[in-house]
Amino acid sequence: MIGFATRRLIQAMIVMLVVALLAFTMFRFVGDPINQMVGIETSIEEREALRERLGLNDPIPVQFLRFVTKAAQFDFGTSYQFRQPVSELFAKRIPATLELSFMSALFALVVGIPMGIYAGLNRDSAISKMFLSVSLIGISLPTFFIGILLIFLFSVTLQWLPSFGRGETVQIGSWWTTGFLTVSGLKALVLPSITLGLYQMTLIMRLIRAEMLEVIRTDYIKFARARGLPDRLVHFRHALKNTMVPVITITGLQLGSIIAFATITETVFQWPGMGLMFLQAVQNVDIPIMSAYLLLTAFLFVAINFIVDIMYFLIDPRLRVGRP
Amino acid sequence: MNVLDIKDLRVEFPGRKSVFVAAEGVNLQIEAGKILGVVGESGAGKSTVGNAVIGLLQEPGHIANGEVYLHGARIDKLPYKQMRKLRGRKIGMIFQDPLTSLDPLQTVESQLVETIRTHLPLSSKEAQNRAIELINAVGIPNAAERIKQYPHQFSGGMRQRVVIALALCAEPELVIADEPTTALDVSIQAQILELMKKLCAERNVAMLVITHDMGVIADITDHVAVMYRGKLVEYGETNQVLGEPRHAYTQSLISAVPRPDIRVERFPVVDYIEAAGTPQKQIDISTHWLGKSRDYEAVSGPLVQIRELDMHFEVKGSVIPSRRKYFQAVKSVSFDIEQGETFGVVGESGSGKSTIARLITGLYEPTGGSILFGKTELTSLKNRREVLAMRRQMQMIFQDPYSSLNARMRVRDIIAEPIKFHKLASRNSEVRQIVDDLLDHVGLGAAAGQKFPHEFSGGQRQRISIARALATRPRFLICDEPTSALDVSIQAQILNLLKDLQQELGLTMLFISHDLAVIRQMCNRIGVMKNGELCEVADCDTLFEAPQHEYTKQLLSLMPSMELLSRANLETA
Repeated sequence: MIGFATRRLIQAMIVMLVVALLAFTMFRFVGDPINQMVGIETSIEEREALRERLGLNDPIPVQFLRFVTKAAQFDFGTSYQFRQPVSELFAKRIPATLELSFMSALFALVVGIPMGIYAGLNRDSAISKMFLSVSLIGISLPTFFIGILLIFLFSVTLQWLPSFGRGETVQIGSWWTTGFLTVSGLKALVLPSITLGLYQMTLIMRLIRAEMLEVIRTDYIKFARARGLPDRLVHFRHALKNTMVPVITITGLQLGSIIAFATITETVFQWPGMGLMFLQAVQNVDIPIMSAYLLLTAFLFVAINFIVDIMYFLIDPRLRVGRP
Repeated sequence: MNVLDIKDLRVEFPGRKSVFVAAEGVNLQIEAGKILGVVGESGAGKSTVGNAVIGLLQEPGHIANGEVYLHGARIDKLPYKQMRKLRGRKIGMIFQDPLTSLDPLQTVESQLVETIRTHLPLSSKEAQNRAIELINAVGIPNAAERIKQYPHQFSGGMRQRVVIALALCAEPELVIADEPTTALDVSIQAQILELMKKLCAERNVAMLVITHDMGVIADITDHVAVMYRGKLVEYGETNQVLGEPRHAYTQSLISAVPRPDIRVERFPVVDYIEAAGTPQKQIDISTHWLGKSRDYEAVSGPLVQIRELDMHFEVKGSVIPSRRKYFQAVKSVSFDIEQGETFGVVGESGSGKSTIARLITGLYEPTGGSILFGKTELTSLKNRREVLAMRRQMQMIFQDPYSSLNARMRVRDIIAEPIKFHKLASRNSEVRQIVDDLLDHVGLGAAAGQKFPHEFSGGQRQRISIARALATRPRFLICDEPTSALDVSIQAQILNLLKDLQQELGLTMLFISHDLAVIRQMCNRIGVMKNGELCEVADCDTLFEAPQHEYTKQLLSLMPSMELLSRANLETA
């Protein structure tokens, strides 16, 4: 187990280094950073001095090493557009994105898993068929369309929920702001969370249903029934746990993509998170933000994958010990 | 009083177009402490009877008629909840495959304890003690420690013991065992059967054993019921049914069982079972494409000479060579295969039999030793052309006819592929003609070429495999357990076909099997393998009558007794 974890850690570091290389090359090939930083009236000498001061004349490997060292300490340079350190900008935006992602993942799991179990156990019931048809809509409609639809229904027509922003937020600690503590903050979370989580929910539901149908047919479930175990034990202790390995893989990856690719939802709801900031950075060729976003996303996925791998061990004893 | 009483049982599976009757007019009784065997071939409805008794018929199957009594109380009409309480409590069940019938994610203990506590009012501590007792009773040493382990930490035979313990958790009155030893090696099979017999007598349990294996029936049952296409064709005391079978089907079934004690030239095939097997159109093999223009170099002496063959697989990789771990699948094995003979390799699972076949065909590269085929050293072939030339001369028939044919290709294309690949025929029309003749010759008929593999039964698929193997005009045929997935009657047909083809084409064969009886019928000389080593090589008759090696003696002694079968068999043979 420890050997496995170390191997995975080393692999994760290699992945991060490769991503760092990509992020680093962005600086070099997407225009000259000095041009982005200074005004038109800056003289060539001043530009050269700045170039020297920033270390842009050093050999490329040295620059890369410096980039990696700084990135490891969360120093991603200064945004061209806001003239502020990128890490500070991110710190301000991260709470909004994480809270939104958390809520939508929670929504996807809490609604998706029971629906999946129900549809897997009662495959021919009318409700299961309804779940499936509804989930087909969830999968086939694009996120922005669902968002606009929800806004039209609940904000414009019924006027129950706000259509944009985070509502009132409360400051916790030095940099975390939360919308969980005010009514308007919670209200503001509802529509974006559903929009972002709907696709994941349908995916989880369909996955669990398919896995359940598969597991229910296995010999050990038949044997569990033949031993007279009550349905509750057969379904939840034996069947559900055996469906979990693939479900955790997909859920982990989806969680990563919820956080990393909340961009569209954040745009539709004008949600002040990282996705919105990233979109603005792309429009303004703000390379430090873009490269930091790239690194952060990669780190998120690598970290989630690592946790998922460790979870396999906890669930499946066959991985813990060698086969006889 | 009978523990189980089945009266006029009829089980139906309604389909889209018609109702399939899986069992009809079945009457069975079992007394306490007795074992009743239900025997028949696949599709005979034997498992249906077992599932109907315990109320686990696959949807939409249901009991359409008849009554099932357990200790005089009718159980076939019980509501779901009450039926569930009977399962495990009064009726225990043992399944075929011990590798898949335990939940892989729960310890043996938690599976035992949950079953015990479902049925008996015990505290978790008491249930735990009872679990340890049970594991002890089924003969697993170190019960207290082993019980904390997960199913994958047990071998196949040990897992079947765990399954038996689970079935006995709440002292049931009736145990249904559905092919309890089919997935096990002979030596393990003998142990498990012994255990079942013992538990049955000790605990005064009535047992219903469902099997296709006449050996198992002869070994442990008191009464036997023979089923054919959902109907009970014969029912009586085991001695009487096996010794003097009255029904034609029973007679044919018994005569199709390969005999380990006497060698017969051909297997008796009785038309009662299936009327396939005779070639529709005879071709004269000596003048046909199959028989002529075999442009192979002449060989004097043995066709295959294997010397000091070694093969190990890496089971644990490491950068440091000394920390790598290997599994030695084949250890310094040497033998010859003479031209035109059938050389048998027999051994239990994991003994390295199949690895040898794969080494000869070049699917694996040996880690040491030499394989001489004719005059060519197979381990030192240089280029692809040489390899192909060798591969054309040897073909393989695999065990599982369901997975060894490409499901998306028509049978005609499956057989034509090797001919086209090795460029053995010049024109497409010629290839077509050869394929048609091959299909005729293996007894399927040329029309079969239009169809896809899934339209055929297991035996027919194995015929397709044989036709495909013959399509390169090989002189060396490797059969890796070619009939172990088939029913006995079909097995007899396939083995006869292989024998005929060998004589007609002068093939040399390597025949791999775990079944001593089959080996005896098919082979001239036999090698016995254990843990990768060749224990003994001897002539067929010598090996069976005067085995030298301890392991051979042990294997022979474990064969289910065929004495009961002998009388009947001699009459029909």
